[in-house]
Amino acid sequence: MTAVHEETVTGRSIRLKIPGWGGNLAGQHLDLRLTAPDGYTAVRSYSIATAGDDASIQLAVDRVMDGEVSPYLVDDLMVGDELEVKGPLGTWFVWRPEPTGTVQTDPVQLIGAGSGIVPLLAMIRLHAASGSTAKFRLLYSVRSPEDAFFAAELMAQHPLLEVTWVYTRATPEGWPTPAGRVTKEIIEAATFASTQNPLVFVCGPTGFVESVASTMVALGHDPATVKTERFGGL
Amino acid sequence: MIGHVDGNALAGPLSEIFEFDATLAITDCLGCRDIAMLAEAMVYGDNGHGLVVRCKNCGGVLMVIVPEPEHTKLDMRGLAWLQVPN
Amino acid sequence: MAIFSRGFSGRSREESPDLPPGQYLTEDFPVLSAGPTPTIDTAEWEFTIRAESGVVHNWSWDELHELPIEDIHTDIHCVTRWSKLATTWRGVSLDTLFADVDTSYEYVMAHSYGGYTTNVPLEDLLGGKAWVAFEFEGEDIEPAHGGPARLLVPHLYFWKSAKWLRGLVMMPNDDPGFWEQNGYHLYGDPWLEQRYS
Repeated sequence: MTAVHEETVTGRSIRLKIPGWGGNLAGQHLDLRLTAPDGYTAVRSYSIATAGDDASIQLAVDRVMDGEVSPYLVDDLMVGDELEVKGPLGTWFVWRPEPTGTVQTDPVQLIGAGSGIVPLLAMIRLHAASGSTAKFRLLYSVRSPEDAFFAAELMAQHPLLEVTWVYTRATPEGWPTPAGRVTKEIIEAATFASTQNPLVFVCGPTGFVESVASTMVALGHDPATVKTERFGGL
Repeated sequence: MIGHVDGNALAGPLSEIFEFDATLAITDCLGCRDIAMLAEAMVYGDNGHGLVVRCKNCGGVLMVIVPEPEHTKLDMRGLAWLQVPN
Repeated sequence: MAIFSRGFSGRSREESPDLPPGQYLTEDFPVLSAGPTPTIDTAEWEFTIRAESGVVHNWSWDELHELPIEDIHTDIHCVTRWSKLATTWRGVSLDTLFADVDTSYEYVMAHSYGGYTTNVPLEDLLGGKAWVAFEFEGEDIEPAHGGPARLLVPHLYFWKSAKWLRGLVMMPNDDPGFWEQNGYHLYGDPWLEQRYS
């Protein structure tokens, strides 16, 4: 582990240098295995916030209450520590800038909540780095401004990326709308219409993902264009 | 873990068994004949006790993956078929 | 060869000579599931025991609570290596529920709301060894932990203590239930470390 950065009140981003890493696609994850001195092991999946050939990758971890692994990664892990990883994993929930076969790559609608932003951020970063002219929009739902991962970087992406923020518990000062959950109306107003046939990526807690995905389908999006990644929880 | 995640989480566990990305395999549920990508299935349990992969349409069990010390057992009796990319 | 993760210890656990082999002690109560948590209204809840004659004995939630209720103090052992000592439950003994059941079959399949099954020999449910439990540590059992009522068979690995218990069906052979069909031991004695078949 080469660097850490405190991202939110409960989360931090972690940079890992992995010898022999062949690179990863935007949206992939890795499995991290931790081993205690008595041999006890725990395995967890983490999405990768970076994409490309670089052997230095970035993860973001949110501390889960009563979690077994995340408190260790957020509070205890130090620069210089070694971690065991398997990956990159998963080639379905990925965005590639170049068209493959008949799959359209433009426009792209990203919808995330909390730490669900991580694989979406890899796509956003690749979008910028590759010079892709695809239109990108992000709808990002967080409890409060302090709970947003990579907030400054996301806001700096404009105009390449249009971001709509939704604050569910506490808004920034002067915010025009009161705090509240993502609704069908908010989704409809903030996202590409189904007639534009976007590629949609939804990531976050299971309950959020399933509710948003079914709303997108209700709004006319072909289910085959809506890709989901559930992180568990509600 | 309470609740479920989706088949994306099977990429790691199944990478020990299959050489291809198993999450891209297409499944046909024996119960309701829904056809979907494994990445979209509902996944319960954990990789210590056993992963229970359920059809996102009817909730029926597609596969159960049980890791044991000497081997991993893959029960696929809930699938009519599994189609893998070449 | 594993890389040891500096400073990682996982959930608090200790080994102890009072535990079955390979188990750790925990203060937590981890939740493991094979499917979604069913929501069951106690007004519609029903528990049945079906014998080979076709006779079905059944109890509603209220009827269950009219039977003698016992306080249970016991240790529980999960096949994922967690043991919790001195847990307290309240429930109705299977001896009470089987009092009028006429059967010559020796094995039982426990069925849960949601479809889970697990097999247990009848003699492991009788003689003060098993209960239909509805309270844990003084509170109603939470849905995530198998509420409103679960089977409690603490002398076997805890996957045998079927959550969301719906009924018991007598069977002549020790047919495997859900986890048993997937490699887990038919009997599951933690003291003999009978985890896998």
